[in-house]
Amino acid sequence: MAKNGLKKKTRVANHILTVVFSLVSILYLYPLVMMVFNSFKKKAFISRAPFALPTDKMFAGLSNYELGISRTNFWGSMVWSVVITVLSVFLILLCTSMCAWFISRVVNGWTKTVYLLCIFSMVVPFQMVMFTLSKLANTVQLNTPWTIPIVYLGFGAGLAVFMFTGYMRSCPIAIEESAMIDGCTPLGIFFKVVLPILQPTYVSTGILEAMWIWNDYLLPYLVLDIKKYKTIPIAVQYLKGGYGSVDMGAMMAMLTLAILPIVVFYLACQKYIVSGVMAGAVKG
Amino acid sequence: MKKILAMLVAATMILGMVNIFAVAETTATGSVYYLNFKPEQAEQWEALAKVYTEQTGVPVTVVTAASGTYEDTLRSEIEKPEAPTLFQVNGPVGLKTWSDYCLDLSDTEVYKELKSDDFALKQDGQVLGLAYVIETYGLIYNKDLLAKYCALDNAVIKDASEINNFATLKAVADDIQARKDELGVLGAFTSAGMDSSSDWRFKTHLANLPIYYEYKADGIGTTEAIKGTYLDNYKQIWDLYINDATCEPAMIGGKTSEDALAEFTLGEAVFYQNGTWDYNNCINGGMTDEQLDMLPIYIGAEGEENQGLCTGSENYWCVNKKASQENIDATLAFLKWVVTSDEGRDALANQMGFVTPFKAFDDGYTAHNALLDAAARYIAEGKTSVSWNFPTMPSETWKNNLGAALLEYAQGTGSWDNVKTAFVDGWASEYAALAK
Amino acid sequence: MTNTIKRYWPVFVLPTMLAFAIGFLIPFVSGLYLSFCDFTTVSNATFVGFSNYVKAFTDTSSDFLHALWFTTAFAGLSTVLINLFGLAIALLLVRGFKGTNIFRTVFFLPNMIGGIVLGWLWQVILNGVLANYGRTLVYNEWYGFWGLMIVMLWQQAGYMMIIYISGLTSIPGELIEAAEMDGANSWQVLTRVKLPMIMPSITICTFLTLTNGFKLFDQNLALTNGMPSSQSELLALNIYNTFYGRTGWAGAGQAKAVVFCIIVVAIALIQLRATRTKEVQQ
Repeated sequence: MAKNGLKKKTRVANHILTVVFSLVSILYLYPLVMMVFNSFKKKAFISRAPFALPTDKMFAGLSNYELGISRTNFWGSMVWSVVITVLSVFLILLCTSMCAWFISRVVNGWTKTVYLLCIFSMVVPFQMVMFTLSKLANTVQLNTPWTIPIVYLGFGAGLAVFMFTGYMRSCPIAIEESAMIDGCTPLGIFFKVVLPILQPTYVSTGILEAMWIWNDYLLPYLVLDIKKYKTIPIAVQYLKGGYGSVDMGAMMAMLTLAILPIVVFYLACQKYIVSGVMAGAVKG
Repeated sequence: MKKILAMLVAATMILGMVNIFAVAETTATGSVYYLNFKPEQAEQWEALAKVYTEQTGVPVTVVTAASGTYEDTLRSEIEKPEAPTLFQVNGPVGLKTWSDYCLDLSDTEVYKELKSDDFALKQDGQVLGLAYVIETYGLIYNKDLLAKYCALDNAVIKDASEINNFATLKAVADDIQARKDELGVLGAFTSAGMDSSSDWRFKTHLANLPIYYEYKADGIGTTEAIKGTYLDNYKQIWDLYINDATCEPAMIGGKTSEDALAEFTLGEAVFYQNGTWDYNNCINGGMTDEQLDMLPIYIGAEGEENQGLCTGSENYWCVNKKASQENIDATLAFLKWVVTSDEGRDALANQMGFVTPFKAFDDGYTAHNALLDAAARYIAEGKTSVSWNFPTMPSETWKNNLGAALLEYAQGTGSWDNVKTAFVDGWASEYAALAK
Repeated sequence: MTNTIKRYWPVFVLPTMLAFAIGFLIPFVSGLYLSFCDFTTVSNATFVGFSNYVKAFTDTSSDFLHALWFTTAFAGLSTVLINLFGLAIALLLVRGFKGTNIFRTVFFLPNMIGGIVLGWLWQVILNGVLANYGRTLVYNEWYGFWGLMIVMLWQQAGYMMIIYISGLTSIPGELIEAAEMDGANSWQVLTRVKLPMIMPSITICTFLTLTNGFKLFDQNLALTNGMPSSQSELLALNIYNTFYGRTGWAGAGQAKAVVFCIIVVAIALIQLRATRTKEVQQ
C-alpha cells in the first residue's frame, strides 16, 4: 500500500517535471525564436521593440536577408567555412590518429615527450601564440582556406592525440600482433585493423574539432587573407561596423542564417554529437 | 625495403603538403587592395572597384574597417603577405606610426592632380599622404521641425538664423525639450550614442572644438601638453546633448549611430551632430534636400557669432612602400583613374558626395547637396571655418579613454573630473608614450 | 612489433609533428622569447629583459590587474553556477519522465552556436530587457559581468549536463537501492552515493568550465567589447587590445600573454590534482 502510494507520488512528480521542463525549454529556446522574429523587422524597430512581433508597420519582408547576404557575401563565407572545417577535420583525424597509434605502441622518451607536449598545448591559451603563429603562418603561405588546415592540425593536435591515445591504450594489441605475423606492414595494420576499431573515436573527436573550427573567430581572422576569404564568424563581426553602423536588421538576418545550418546539422546528427561529447568527457 | 617504402610514403605526404603551398595563388600582374576608412561610402567604393576591374582587368579589393578599428585592422593586415597596397592615415600623428610604410608620392601623377600642397602630408621633403576629401560637420537640423517650433507661441526664436551662439542654442533646445509633446518629437537632440559606431562624434569631432579654441587662443597648431582651457565649454555642450535628447543619459551606452540616424530621419529629434558624409544616409532614411540644413556647433566661446562649420580632412591616402612593384604601379594607376576618369570623378563627387582637392574635378564634378551647400553658404557669409585639429590628438587610446569618461559621466557612474583627467593628463602621457 | 613500427615514424608521426611545430611549438617558443623583446615585427626584435613585464603590470589605461581579478571572479563564479545548473538538470532528467530526450536536445543546442554569434544575439536581448530599467549592458562592468554570465550559463550548462548524465547513468542501480534500504533519504543518496560516484565527471566539468572561463574571448568581444573604459575586459580581450590596439605595446601584450599562459596552466594543474586526489580517496 505504502509502496503503491510512493509510486503514485513519483508519477505525479514526473508529470509536474514534464510541465516545468516544457516551460523551461520554451524559455531556453526563446532567444533563438526572438532572433528569427527580429530578422523580419525593420532595423529601426529592433532596438526599440526587441520583444514585439514583426507586425505590419515593422515588417521588413526579406529585405534584411537580401542586404545582409549582399554585404557579407554570406554564401561565399559559408563555402569557406565548410571548406576549412571539412579539410581541417579530415586532416586532423587522419594525421593525429596515426600519430596517436604510433606513440601508444612505441613507448620511449621521445613519444612520451610528444604526448606531454600535446597535453600541454591543450591548456595554452591562443593569445600566447596569437601573434607569432599568425606571423609564421603568413610567412609560409598558410593564409588560404586550402592551407589553413595545417595550422588547425598543429594547434588542434593536442586534443585529438589525447583522445585517440586514451582510447588506444585500452585496446588489446593482440589482433595487431597477429596481423603483423601474417605479414602486414604497420601501414596495413593501421588502415585495416586499427582504423575500423577507432570508428567511434573518430566520430567523437571529429565532432569536437568541427564545433571548434566552425565557430572559431580569432585564429582565421588573424591568419586568413580576409579580403578574399571570410568565414561566417568573421563575416558576422565585419557586419558590425564595416558599413558605418550596426544594421541590426541585417545582423539578425545573418545570425539566423549562421545558426540555421548548425541547428539542422545538430538535429540530424544529435545521437553522434551527444555520444561524442560523452566519450570526450570519459577520456578526460 | 620496408624502410624505403616508409620513407616514400612519408615523402608523398610531405609533398602533398608542399603542393598545397604551391597552389596558393600567385598573382602575376599587379592588384590593388584598398583598406578603406569610411564605412559610410563602403558600398560606393566596392562598386567603383568593380567598374575599374571590368575596364582594366586589374583586381581591386576594398575592405572597410569597422568604425573605431581602423588602426588595429591595419596593424594586423599590414603584416600579412597580401597587405593593403592603399591605406590611409589621419594626419601628422597617424603618419608617425605608419611613415615606414608610406611611399614618397612626389613624382606620381595623382600628386600632381592636387590643387595645393596644403592638402599633402609631408615629412622630410617627401610627400607621404594625399588628402582626398574635404569634409564639413556641424549640427544638422530638420528644417521643417525647427520652423514648426518657431511658429509656436512664445518660441524663443522666430527664425533658425537667430541661433548664433551657445546661449540661444541652449534656450531653444531646452524649450523644444520642454514642449516636445506639443512638437511631436522625442527630444531636441538625437541620442548621443556611445556605441563604437557613434562615439567618435563626441570623443573626436565634438572634442575638436575645445581644442580649436585653445590652439587659437595660444596661437599654436599642435601641442604635446594640452591645458583644457575650454573644457567647461565642452561640458556645457555635452550636458546639452545628453539632457535635451530623445533618451535618458544612462541609455546612451547602447545607442548606435543607426539609432541616432533613425531618430533624426523619422522626425523624432531636431538636431543631429554629424557631417557631410552622412548626407546619403539621411536621404535614404526618407528625408529631402529641403528638410536638411546645418548649424555650427556653438560651445559658448567668445566671438562664436562668427564661427562657421568645422571643415577639414583627416583622410590621407598612403601607398604601401613595402608592396611589390607591380602592386604599387597598379595602385598608382588606380588612384590616377579615380581622380581623373569620368567614372571615378562621378563616383567621388556625385555618389559619395566628396568635396575633393583634385584639379580634374573642377570641370563639372563639384558635389552638390543640401549639406555641402550649407557649408559653402557659411564660407560665403564670411564666417570663420573651424579647422580639424583632431589629427593632432595623440592616439586612439586617448580618444577611447576620453569617450569612456564621457559615457561614465553621462550615466552618472563617473564624474566630470575623469573627463578632465582623460583629456589633459591622458594627452601628455599618450604623447610621452609616442615619443618612446 | 615495436621495432617494425618504429621504422615507420616518418609516416605516422612526422606530418603531425611538422604541423604541431608550425601551429604550436615554434610560435610558443618564439612568443616566450619575444616577451623579453621590444618589437613591431618578429624580425626586428631587440632584447630588453623584463621591461615588458614591468610595463604590462603598470599600464594604467588598459588595466591588466583589473582584468586579472575580473577574469578570476568570472571564471570562478561561472564554474560554480554552470556546474550547479548542469548537474541539477542532469539529476532531474535521469529520472526518466516524459520528454527527457527532447529536453536534453534543447538544453544542449546553444552549445553548437559560436561565441561571436551568441554575443550579438544576447546583446539585443539583454539591452532590450535592461532598457525597461533605463540601463544598458555597458552601464558599468557588473552589467557586462552578469550579462556574460547569463550567456555562458545558457551556452555551457547543456554541455555539462550531458557529461553529468553519462556519469549518473553509469552508477549501478543496486548501489542506490542499497543506500535507500539502509534508510538514506534522497539528500543523503545524492551526497553520499551519487556525487562520489560521478567524481570523474565533476573533475572534467569543472576543468572545462574553469579553463573556458579564463580563455573566454569571442563572447566578450561581441557582447560588450570591454566597455565601459575596458572595465568589462577579460584577460584574453585585454591582451588582444594591448597587442593590436596600440602602437608600441606589442611587447607588453606578449608579456601579458605569457603571464596569462602561466596562470591558466597552473590552474589546470592544481585543479586536476585537487579533484583527482578526492577521487582516489573516495
